[in-house]
Amino acid sequence: MKSQRVSPALKVVAFIAAIFVALPLLSIFVRVPWSDLGEMLSQKSTREALLISLQTSIIAATISCIFGVPLAWFLARSSTKWLSVLRVICITPMVLPPVVGGIALLTAFGRRGILGQYLYDWFNVSLPFTRTAVVMAQVFVAMPFLVLAVEAAFRQSDRGLEEAARTMGASPSRVFFTIALPAARPAIIAGLALAWARSLGEFGASITFAGSFPGRTQTLPMAVYELVSVDYRLSLVLSLVLVFISVGVLAAMRDRWMAGR
Amino acid sequence: MSISLNGSVGRGEFERTLKFSVADGEVLAVTGPNGSGKSTIIHTIAGLVPLRSGHLESDDAIWDVPDSQQWVAPENRTCAVVFQDLRLFPHMNVIANVSYGLRAHGVSKDEAHSRSTAVLARVGMSSFETRRPSELSGGERQRVALARALVVEPRVLLLDEPLSAVDVVSRAALRELLPEVLGSFAGATILVTHDQDDLEAIATRSLGLF
Repeated sequence: MKSQRVSPALKVVAFIAAIFVALPLLSIFVRVPWSDLGEMLSQKSTREALLISLQTSIIAATISCIFGVPLAWFLARSSTKWLSVLRVICITPMVLPPVVGGIALLTAFGRRGILGQYLYDWFNVSLPFTRTAVVMAQVFVAMPFLVLAVEAAFRQSDRGLEEAARTMGASPSRVFFTIALPAARPAIIAGLALAWARSLGEFGASITFAGSFPGRTQTLPMAVYELVSVDYRLSLVLSLVLVFISVGVLAAMRDRWMAGR
Repeated sequence: MSISLNGSVGRGEFERTLKFSVADGEVLAVTGPNGSGKSTIIHTIAGLVPLRSGHLESDDAIWDVPDSQQWVAPENRTCAVVFQDLRLFPHMNVIANVSYGLRAHGVSKDEAHSRSTAVLARVGMSSFETRRPSELSGGERQRVALARALVVEPRVLLLDEPLSAVDVVSRAALRELLPEVLGSFAGATILVTHDQDDLEAIATRSLGLF
């Protein structure tokens, strides 16, 4: 805005801050071996990591949505006195170091875990170091983003419309599906995009709980990490893919995050 | 007798003690200045607000008796509401708004559609079926809200300031339409209004709140 003049000193500081973020991202573009890009992307190990990443992150985002939306509804509408405690627990993974999340998942679902020991003893099911574990780690860290976005939408939605639907004979569950859910649709889509992006970038919890086995549990971020010391050029190419996906999510959601600011 | 209330409604300084019953075919007007708790009466009868004390019953069931913890959920009361702020569903078109209650009561899609079409014709909104509420004028929205309440054939019709949200021209048209529609309505009607003219044009009986 023209009327808001920014002093030169602040401009310099702001410029430094912007460059600090932009330079590393631009450096990837500068150093990526563009001439070998096609060949490197079609390598078996690259394709495998990309496919595992896409598969697990899409499943994780879907699960986050199926379970997260009802959780958001409960948090927005329940009046239990434990609500604030429950909300804090549900969004803790957002601020928890992901590696701690991985340890927590191992402690619960590992072979000697609190629940995992019974899964193993009774059903011979062992979750750690499987692709299921990758998805579980992603859901653990990503679902809170969706829950928070959708809960805010449910809180802001018009209770009067829900009341009107009740007086017209709709049961509470019908009100949820026909009135509340359509009203929250933009937030659900935004939450899905956030949860998917977070799942795709998940590293700490997944590598702790699922390990980094190429072709089985190794996702794109794990491959980037392992390649840094082995094949730096290839790790750059994989990083470029992740940068593109991140920018793509931002671009798709620009209306939500950048409008009216 | 179709509906009777004997008890107190609202909380704090808005609490009112009331006693009335309305028979089929009657239109009871509840009058009083803004802020006298008129809407709360409608919301209490509809089940959106609990009765403070006393009895609320229709001839088919006891709806709300706090002392004996008897309470019927809003979706199971045989009443329909035209809210002061209408509360049309913005994401549905006119016909979907009107058929919503029938669908919720388990009426088939085709039957709900044909019954809704018939009611929309009665309120003069036949050519608006595929419009969204945001594409309608205040008077048109009011007619849709009326159709939406009538279509479920309630035993009790609750009208909250049905003419307050419309301009002068639509108000005159609605003031002609309402008695005509209510004349062919078999159940009991409770009308809440602060307007003396509404009272004279529509009501058969009145109750003042002061």
